Amino acid sequence: MSMPLAEEHEVQHLPVEFADEKESIKITGFWMFLVTDVLIFGSLFSTYAVYRGAVAQGPSANQLFQMGPVMLETLLLLTSSFTIGLGIYAMRKGNVKALMGWMLVTILLGAGFVGTEIHDFVSFAAIGATWHTSAFLSAFDILVGTHGAHVTFGIFWAVTLLFQLKKRGITAQTARKVFTYSLYWHFLDIVWIFIYTFVYLNGKIV
Amino acid sequence: MFHQWVKRPYRKLMLVALVAGLFSAGCGQQYVMLDPAGPVGKSELHLMILASIAMAIVIAIVFVLFFYALIRFRDKPGNTAPYRPEWDGHKWLEIVWWVLPAVLLTVIAIPMVKTTYALDRIPKAKDPVVIDVTSLTWKWLFQYPGQHVATVNYAVIPAGEPVLFELTANSPMNAFWVPQLGGMEYTMPNRVLPLWLEASKPGTYWGRSAQFSGIGFEKMMFNVKAVSPAAFQAWAQNTHATASPMTMQDYKQLLKFNTVGNATYGGYPQDTFPTVASGFTLTGSGMYTIEHNKNGIKYLPMTMSTNR
Amino acid sequence: MPSFVSYLIHTLFPPSVRLPDILLIDVGLVFGIIGIVVFLTKTGRWGSLWRDWLTTVDHKKIAVMYLIAALLMLFRGGVDALMIRAQLAAPGAHFMPASQYDEVFTTHGTIMIFFMAMPFIFALFNAVVPLMIGARDVAFPRLNAMSYWLFAMGAALFNVSFIIGGSPNAGWTAYPPYTGLAYNPGPGENYYFLALLIAGLGTTMTGINFLVTTIRMRAPGMTLMKMPMFVWSTMVTSALILFAFPPLTVALAMSLFDRLFGSSFFTLAHGGMPMMYVNLFWLFGHPEVYILVIPLFGVFSEVVATYSRKALFGYPLMVVSILAIMFLSYGTWVHHFFTMGAGPGVNAFFGLSTMLIAIPTGVKIFNWIFTMWGGRIQMTTAMLYQLAFIPTFVIGGATGVLLAVVPADYQFHNSYFLIAHFHNVIIGGTVFGLLSALYYWWPKMFGMKLNERQGRWAFWLFFIGFWVTFTPQYFLGLKGMTRRIYTYPAGFGWHQLNVISTVGALIMGAAFVVLVYNIVWSLRFGERDLTGDPWDGRTLEWALPSPVPEYNFARIPVVHERDAWWAMKQRGQSLAGSLRAEDVHDVEMPKNTPIPFLIGVSFFVMGFGMTFKWWPIAIIGFIGVILCLLFSGFDYDDHHHLKADVIRNTEASLGRLQG
Repeated sequence: MSMPLAEEHEVQHLPVEFADEKESIKITGFWMFLVTDVLIFGSLFSTYAVYRGAVAQGPSANQLFQMGPVMLETLLLLTSSFTIGLGIYAMRKGNVKALMGWMLVTILLGAGFVGTEIHDFVSFAAIGATWHTSAFLSAFDILVGTHGAHVTFGIFWAVTLLFQLKKRGITAQTARKVFTYSLYWHFLDIVWIFIYTFVYLNGKIV
Repeated sequence: MFHQWVKRPYRKLMLVALVAGLFSAGCGQQYVMLDPAGPVGKSELHLMILASIAMAIVIAIVFVLFFYALIRFRDKPGNTAPYRPEWDGHKWLEIVWWVLPAVLLTVIAIPMVKTTYALDRIPKAKDPVVIDVTSLTWKWLFQYPGQHVATVNYAVIPAGEPVLFELTANSPMNAFWVPQLGGMEYTMPNRVLPLWLEASKPGTYWGRSAQFSGIGFEKMMFNVKAVSPAAFQAWAQNTHATASPMTMQDYKQLLKFNTVGNATYGGYPQDTFPTVASGFTLTGSGMYTIEHNKNGIKYLPMTMSTNR
Repeated sequence: MPSFVSYLIHTLFPPSVRLPDILLIDVGLVFGIIGIVVFLTKTGRWGSLWRDWLTTVDHKKIAVMYLIAALLMLFRGGVDALMIRAQLAAPGAHFMPASQYDEVFTTHGTIMIFFMAMPFIFALFNAVVPLMIGARDVAFPRLNAMSYWLFAMGAALFNVSFIIGGSPNAGWTAYPPYTGLAYNPGPGENYYFLALLIAGLGTTMTGINFLVTTIRMRAPGMTLMKMPMFVWSTMVTSALILFAFPPLTVALAMSLFDRLFGSSFFTLAHGGMPMMYVNLFWLFGHPEVYILVIPLFGVFSEVVATYSRKALFGYPLMVVSILAIMFLSYGTWVHHFFTMGAGPGVNAFFGLSTMLIAIPTGVKIFNWIFTMWGGRIQMTTAMLYQLAFIPTFVIGGATGVLLAVVPADYQFHNSYFLIAHFHNVIIGGTVFGLLSALYYWWPKMFGMKLNERQGRWAFWLFFIGFWVTFTPQYFLGLKGMTRRIYTYPAGFGWHQLNVISTVGALIMGAAFVVLVYNIVWSLRFGERDLTGDPWDGRTLEWALPSPVPEYNFARIPVVHERDAWWAMKQRGQSLAGSLRAEDVHDVEMPKNTPIPFLIGVSFFVMGFGMTFKWWPIAIIGFIGVILCLLFSGFDYDDHHHLKADVIRNTEASLGRLQG
């Protein structure tokens, strides 16, 4: 008697990025990666919470933060989260041109965000508020800086995806890659909302 | 293998003899944790014994079941023990071994919580002698804010009454430990942690750092001399009157990375022990200022406004 | 130019490391490397090394590489242990200088945990998990190779510290402020932080990989409650890794930034708080303890059932207890620092949570005993380790409960009682488990059994050596000996006990020698495993030939029962000639790639450059990482089709094809 055997191929009707079993497993894997990233940011947030008062001889949150640039950054990033969403919508409709267009808009908005943030950090450094100054500034810099580095990485990632889309169009693989990128981008948006609330708003009020 | 071990009881006896030998190697007093000289160490020892008994019960039950199963169900010709390859669960048995450890642990847990809280409160008496302890690389500095004397690498305490140690570091972390008087507490820079100990009778008790802090770490040993309260007062007054006080220069010498012998000073400069520190105190937690005066020690909690 | 050379030599080989023994090892290493190069060239094996190993993505080969690395690190960590024991054998001894002793105990702890136990566990995951769940590979084969190379290069970077620049010397926990530049100016701690960051990155990827593998790649019919216990333990361990390593990464990165870039996380002048590091470290550190032991709980569950020839007792509660341990393990980290002034409320809470975790662990012990109950116990070497594990781990667990009693911990903390306790559980749990697994799955990995007689010798030496080493350390703790002390004066009664402990360590060293002899002997003369099922096993990996062909399963089986293979055998489904030729189809297999190896090398270069703050070198490594990522981003050629004819031929040659 022989062993019972499984079917080799199964047919499924799912959105393009999930249609291929292998690619869909990669999306599961990316969610797991996001879990680790949530915990990285969780650790950084808790460090910031503990160090908030440890200003040593340096400026406090209230003295340092400028809400103008922060508002601009928030606006740019939230909009970019919306545009990548529109891109995924276009992808599921099979419209590669619209997808690439929305991704380009997302990249530009992201670049605007990073540019504003760098300007912010440079202006802090100009008044001597570097992370050498106090534990508070160390914690602030590493939290906001890690987020900024993630956004920067996301921009470069999106650029490589544009090249792949141009060459290959929307396939099971490119669709999965774009979809994971959009998950990443939405995640960064959520982290920013927490930074905006718990770092900037809270720092200004308390 | 194992069954041979069990079958020949004299081997087991050898094992027992080995353990007994370990105990008798050196005199019993050297087991400092088992030979406490004060109430803190004693209550800690009580808990150790209680927990050991509870755990011994668990170990005994497991060993009996384990060795019985091992001997009875060995795969050898002629073994008549029942073979039940599909037997994979028994509701009541499994309930028993969820409940049994829980009961035993409860027996330990209740006195554990009680003692944890009790040891955190220094017994109410007259104002205790306060000793400010600073770990330096690699030496111990003891300052007596009430008596205005300071010592290096040894301390003198009155016997028969609780003594409050305030612990900090001007070095990497260390841990202040006098095993016969009681358990340890860390010394950490920028923080002050309290620890109270009491020697029931006069004697000399050794202490050492229990947290690694560099190449001279193993030399961070000190003696605590417990003397009668009258002798303590006499010692303090005599030292304050005769020994030369520590200068800032002397303190800076102590900050060097080296080891030194014992030293005694009839006073010490201000600002060598933190007056503002974060950490938990015997009265609560948070940032606080420490105020020493003739009436003893006061922890003044800091408000947000003074914090900034 | 000469001044540059002398600067280079002084930085790479500061006076503190120019000790005769290290010089000897330097020379030995150079000759060893020359020897390997000559051997590979003479036998013409460079190509095969590159094709079959450095670029492989096959989980079975990656398992072998993990295993080799783990055994090498076991040797290094063991030599460190013997050096520690030699130094402590006599009061006031100066077997080596204090500075070197500090490095030796640091590398002993770090290597044993991060570079011996972890890769050994990953070797087991890789070797058997896909086979147990009826899969052809892990979920992400390339990521798997990358995990390995990141681990290997992290380990290499850590070990390079021994010969170049000086090893880390702040203990395996690396508490600040001692790791700060003010107290620790050399490159040693940079090595520690960078090596663990790189290896930790690989470990996190392994966690993701095996979590997804166990969730998504199981054969049809294998529901969660039909998974073998080892697969359950893999899943839970992977989840623990996912949640435990990020805080470690953050803590290490912040310490590193303090040292390299002048930030103020843990330095004292600008309000830094060393306590924050301690919290983050143990937020990782306690789950890590369970990452180290839960996989072996899985191993023991397989081993005890197989060699008792009986179903695992209380499977559902085994699952519940493993999950309970997983959740509780996140709520106990403060018990590593009761004596840092957290206050009685916090201490009591964490003391209670620690005691609570003893309950599910105890339940597992009883279930293993009752798996033996009513079975037929075969005394193989793998089973001997299991039988040694139960009493050893119970005693280790009991002393753990003593340590959880907060006021008692005020005494026990950092004493040799603590040292004895955690060796009792880590060796008694993890190492016994690893060795049990080694003997159990060796035929599956290599196609031959390890010699049982030699295995028994190794076992008895190891078991006796273990107790002779660590029993005296409990008593040393009661006598007030604290951990990490370089030497001690006479008169405390510590001498005799230390001598006994050193003798025990030597016995354990002898056990290691016998183990290596056993492996080498068996590779040449060991009994071949022709059936693929030498132990009359219960789970799917034993349905396959030994060693397993590249594609694992010619056809993926359907699972109906918990011990799937045992049940199939009960129904009379045979091994040989069961597969019909028309059932075999083309199989899609992952393609080899050099990228994981190259990205590992790039990380090594970057880490080495950062250790010495040689930014050009660090930037070269960084560019290498970016290039590898870019290349793999544009690389769509990641799989190939294994033809059905090839599979048919292989299966036929193994006598598994019908007709």
